[in-house]
Amino acid sequence: MTPPKPMIEIDEVTKYFGQKLVLDRVSLTVNRHETICLIGASGSGKSTLLRCVNRLVEHDYGTIRLDGVPNTDPSFGKTGLQRRTGIVFQSYNLFPHMNVLDNITLAPRRVHGVPRPEAEDRGRAILARFGMDGFAGSYPEQLSGGQQQRVAIARALMTRPDVLLLDEITAALDPELVGEVLSIIRGLKDEGMTMMIVTHEMAFARDCADRVAFLADGEILEIDHPERLFANSAHDRTRRFLQRITQGGRL
Amino acid sequence: MTDGPHDTDRRRGPPPPPPGRGFDWRAAALPSAISAASILIVFGALAWAVTSAEQWPRIRLQFFNLDAMIAAFPRVLQGFWVNIQVWLTVLVCILLWALALAILRSLRAPWCAPFRLMVVIYIDLFRGVPVLLLVLLFGFGIPALNLPGLPNSGLFWGGVAMVLSYAAYVAEIYRSGIDAVHEGQRAAAKSLGLTEWQTLRYAILPQALRNVVPALMNIVVALQKDVALLSVIGVRDAVREAQIYTATTFNYSSLIVAAGLFLLATIPMARLADYLTRRDRMRRLQMAG
Repeated sequence: MTPPKPMIEIDEVTKYFGQKLVLDRVSLTVNRHETICLIGASGSGKSTLLRCVNRLVEHDYGTIRLDGVPNTDPSFGKTGLQRRTGIVFQSYNLFPHMNVLDNITLAPRRVHGVPRPEAEDRGRAILARFGMDGFAGSYPEQLSGGQQQRVAIARALMTRPDVLLLDEITAALDPELVGEVLSIIRGLKDEGMTMMIVTHEMAFARDCADRVAFLADGEILEIDHPERLFANSAHDRTRRFLQRITQGGRL
Repeated sequence: MTDGPHDTDRRRGPPPPPPGRGFDWRAAALPSAISAASILIVFGALAWAVTSAEQWPRIRLQFFNLDAMIAAFPRVLQGFWVNIQVWLTVLVCILLWALALAILRSLRAPWCAPFRLMVVIYIDLFRGVPVLLLVLLFGFGIPALNLPGLPNSGLFWGGVAMVLSYAAYVAEIYRSGIDAVHEGQRAAAKSLGLTEWQTLRYAILPQALRNVVPALMNIVVALQKDVALLSVIGVRDAVREAQIYTATTFNYSSLIVAAGLFLLATIPMARLADYLTRRDRMRRLQMAG
């Protein structure tokens, strides 16, 4: 058995927003084909950590390596990091003035120079895979939240990234639409996609994650296999957090 | 009792829709009659009070003299055509120049700092000075310099003054539209690898421009009237032509003709602006819902 290869290595990363410390010397390694869920209260720094990986947020100290190369390395050029990482947001953030196909082919065509027919073929293939083939010409406001989020995932996958970053992608969805989005993520996991997932869906984290990290006040308090973390966590704070979530009926 | 009354009801189908809420003439008749009557009485009384005043015949002769109006009409209309041409030309220049200013101001890269500062100073300067002063300064001042290679007409330089002044306002409108686009759109564009310029071009500006259409419509209406300012530097627009007529006849009916022409142009545009604002509001409500 070969040792697992690290895909993302987060090493002692610290981030301030002004005077406020949001990430405090966080270290975390995500192996190739691994799915890691980040859980924790709002303001614990989990979304910021995710956004540091693709440099939507620039961290202040420490290093983040993607496949062994620091994400600030000039060898990525202007767009290399964005091509190799895909991110999906809580509020979908589709471009409202573009139809579905234009939304997902914008980056390949304008950033990576893929010719239009090729980009559109690839786009239609991904849409078909996610059950969205009939919606290529629709505008985001004509779609349900679940459909919009499926398009957003398609958009993130268009450049065939090595890593997918998911930032509370079901938090804005009506409960009956959560399943259709999560089943896509399960499918991607089965194909071996490397994923970092910020989520409040504890049942999903338990089923789908290889490891779960609990963040509080900008630190990873605990990281473990989901069964162990959910059943008997070593930390009081993790237990209290999980208890509150359970009482909220989300487990 | 397995087949209860509930099941029978189901089979009979749902109750019919409630009686239509169409316009009910009988119910509306009395209120409409009262409105119409009160409008007639109030406006009639006003008209009677004005026309029965001792001075009314003189006023009518001075401002509403039909013969004078007919005599002045061709020249005033010709002048108004100049207004329309200048208005459209200046409008296009304003929209483009202001867009350039707004884009320069919204670029966030550090090396754009001098341009951002220039735009800020520009807007402060041209918003703070009366348009009339700029029109006089440019329309009289620059042609007097006889600059080689540059047009020498007061109309041209007066138009330039209007563009410079109005663009300062319009640039701020554009900027408010750009700022109103949700930050998530920038994050999405950046995460896809779009450069700052591409983000503006493909993601932000199309949404920003749609946001500001109602506000721009008000500027369009205001500009239509303000073109008349160019009459002070001798441009023979509707106001100037009307003035020329009053100067020879001492009758002011020609100015009323000009006023009528302006109203004819601006009132439909104001209604259009209202309509666009309402439609925009509906669109936002739908998106929020």
